[in-house]
Amino acid sequence: MGVGIEVRNLKAWYGNTEALHSVNMQMGANQVTALIGPSGCGKSTFVRCLNRMHETIPGTKVEGDVRIGSTDIYANGTPAVEVRRRVGMVFQKPNPFPTMSIYDNVAAGLKLNGFRNRHRLDEIVEKSLKQAALWDEVKDTLKKKSGASLSGGQQQRLCIARALAVEPEVLLMDEPASALDPISTGKIEELIDELKANYTIVIVTHNMQQAARVAGFTGFFLLGTLVEFDKTEKIFTNPSDKRTEDYITGRFG
Amino acid sequence: MVAPHNALRKPVSSGDQAESVMRVVAEKPIAVRRSFADRFADAGFRWLITLCALSVLAIVGFFVYELIVNSQPSLKEFGWHFFVGQDWDPVSGEFGALPFIYGTLVSSFLALLIAVPLSLGVAIYVTEMAPGWVRTPISFLMELLAAIPSVIYGLWAIFVLAPILRVYVGPALAKSLGWTGFFSGPVYGIGMLAAGVILSIMIVPIIASITRDVMAAIPQTQREAVLALGATRWEMVRIAVLRNARTGIIGAIILGLGRALGETMAVTMVIGNRPDITKSLFAPAYTMASVIANEFTEATGTLYASAIVEVGLALFLVTLIVNALAQMLVWMTTRGMPSRAHGQ
Amino acid sequence: MASRALGSGSQPISWTRRLSNSALTIFAVVCSILVIVPLFAIFAYLVIKGIGSINWAFLTQAPKPVGETGGGMGNAIVGSGIILGVASLIGIPLGIGAGVYLAEYGRNWLGNAVRFTADVLNGIPSIVVGIAVWSLVVVTQRHFSALAGGVALGIMMIPTVSRATEEMLLLVPRTIREAAWGLGISQWRATLSVTLKTASAGVITGVMLAFARAAGETAPLLFTAFGNQFWSFNVNQPMAALPLQIFVYAISPYDDWHRLAWAGALVLIILIVGAVTAVRVVTSRGMMKGAT
Repeated sequence: MGVGIEVRNLKAWYGNTEALHSVNMQMGANQVTALIGPSGCGKSTFVRCLNRMHETIPGTKVEGDVRIGSTDIYANGTPAVEVRRRVGMVFQKPNPFPTMSIYDNVAAGLKLNGFRNRHRLDEIVEKSLKQAALWDEVKDTLKKKSGASLSGGQQQRLCIARALAVEPEVLLMDEPASALDPISTGKIEELIDELKANYTIVIVTHNMQQAARVAGFTGFFLLGTLVEFDKTEKIFTNPSDKRTEDYITGRFG
Repeated sequence: MVAPHNALRKPVSSGDQAESVMRVVAEKPIAVRRSFADRFADAGFRWLITLCALSVLAIVGFFVYELIVNSQPSLKEFGWHFFVGQDWDPVSGEFGALPFIYGTLVSSFLALLIAVPLSLGVAIYVTEMAPGWVRTPISFLMELLAAIPSVIYGLWAIFVLAPILRVYVGPALAKSLGWTGFFSGPVYGIGMLAAGVILSIMIVPIIASITRDVMAAIPQTQREAVLALGATRWEMVRIAVLRNARTGIIGAIILGLGRALGETMAVTMVIGNRPDITKSLFAPAYTMASVIANEFTEATGTLYASAIVEVGLALFLVTLIVNALAQMLVWMTTRGMPSRAHGQ
Repeated sequence: MASRALGSGSQPISWTRRLSNSALTIFAVVCSILVIVPLFAIFAYLVIKGIGSINWAFLTQAPKPVGETGGGMGNAIVGSGIILGVASLIGIPLGIGAGVYLAEYGRNWLGNAVRFTADVLNGIPSIVVGIAVWSLVVVTQRHFSALAGGVALGIMMIPTVSRATEEMLLLVPRTIREAAWGLGISQWRATLSVTLKTASAGVITGVMLAFARAAGETAPLLFTAFGNQFWSFNVNQPMAALPLQIFVYAISPYDDWHRLAWAGALVLIILIVGAVTAVRVVTSRGMMKGAT
């Protein structure tokens, strides 16, 4: 089951440059929230703060509160590793582990976290690949083929399956379809629609149509601030901020 | 290039509170254990690999310490005279290292004299002229040449190279260049010349491969700019390649020198091992590395042993300086330039 | 020859320029041939002189006393294997560990110091390594031993292995690391099971090169492993090694020993060239296949 996300006064820096200026946002459980905005607006930085991935880049800093369910993820004593276990992430470019088989890719999160039950592992791998709509295409070559041997679209679904296998509550997707062809993109979008039954999903996209298709709520970022956050319908039909209107009508970068 | 970093080092994640961790785990559908163990393991792992890295410092530090300590008796006894004394006589307790220093310098210099033009030629051929299908095999053959153990070079030099020098090359040199004094006296085959030649064969792969890398790092646009002015290939190589790459090439040569100075087995097998300073290259000689190889196990008495260790210390310091200089020069030329891959 | 025509387009290239250009071409080609000739000469001699003496006795027997013909280098081949085993136990883990440190945490003064020192270690003449390890192990143990030889060769392997490990790890894209972190995998497991595993082909290449280099080293063994005319399987005792035995036989006055030296050299070079060629094949297939 997904959980809600509450963000309060979130600021993030790269070196001395403040990339996010005090963002406040609440995302409901089992909702799909899309983040849009021109490139460099801070939307990627924002999602990377939700699973503490931002701090892995040297010289970066984060301030503010993020609550995932009841957990304050930036509290002292909350290990980043634990946070990332509960908040799955799918990256812009598919990044399967090149030296692992398809099976091992999906099982990686569990195996490397010390999960050893072979029988249960088989079940979870199958379930995750089915959820990611990849099972039928790979079930015969699970342990034979490397994850890197799949097509780009398949690789991205493999990465989704890999993220789902650790049974996170939240799934972050950082422009998951930007490197994919239209057919693969379509498949990923269908997938998102199915996954929201079980997960809270935050998806960054530079494609407004995509946001409109998949998300119940949409946030518009500009220059490191959250300009507007509302129901997707409202954002795309009747935005309250002039800047949002300029962006969605294409009068902007 | 990615700069990977410790993800868990940020201030926001420091501290070890049990509560919130347990809460998080409790909400998980799949029981995932050991987040504490993990964190201790993380710290332990980091310590472990830091220790591995520190071991490199410790080893070299220990080497320097041992060399200095073990050469004390000799250092105290002879001081600086050790390096200018010409007599090496264990029986009377007289130890002067000049013949070894002379032998090391001359054999290495001789090796450079032969190896540098050859290496430059090969590097120019590989980067500027050779058709694609020749480059990879030549690079591979150079790699093989570099992989042959020193002792096999020595074996070959004793039984093949030395007879050739004795029968053909020596007499020819004596006839044509005997008047210089460098090629006079009896030709044994074994001696300074043989050492120089075998060393040159051994250092060509080093000099040539680094020179090739340095030349390959020069942007193609530089070459095209010169060619567009109507230059011939030789002029292009001279103006665009050699001039731009010269610092790196000097670095490559010095690296080759570093290898030649410390080379032991092959030289020991063919140089003749006689601690004399002779002008003729036909005569036997001795090097710093060879004297260590030949006499260390039979050095009786503290002074004798420590004199040999002092030779080792001197050899260490000289190669250290030479290598550091070379690394710096190579680094200065290749820095920031994307190197064209081998054999491309 | 050079005409003084105004239009440079009509001016022919002067004969000096053409001559120097062809001279360069000839020079470069001749150099390449000259450099390759010794390689073929060495291999040819190794095969011609060595192959006749390689037989079952050579591979399985210890040397015969002076004056008796026959005997072999079986003990030296096994000895080399044991010494290299000890060396690998020391050199490979330390080298990989240091390389991981340099790649993952080494962007600081300590990393630079270690990198520089590793280069220094790489440049130390092998005979000097021999003296230092002699005073570390042989003096402490009070006798020569295979262990001391292994320590010397192991130390010499470290810089090569650590350099290869560092370079290969740095080639692993950040996205792969992030994928691992994103799954909530702890740092050390991510490094070992994902990053290092991704770079493994390249790391193995480096290890094999270091191993091949160590296999041919003679100088550091002179006063550590020392050599042995008899069979020995005890790492605490002096032990024969292939390169050492080749050296001893090559400088001996006996024809029969010279014959054995050539055979030993042929065996050694086959092992080393085999390793280098295998490495070359692996690397040319693409070291980081699919990792980008």
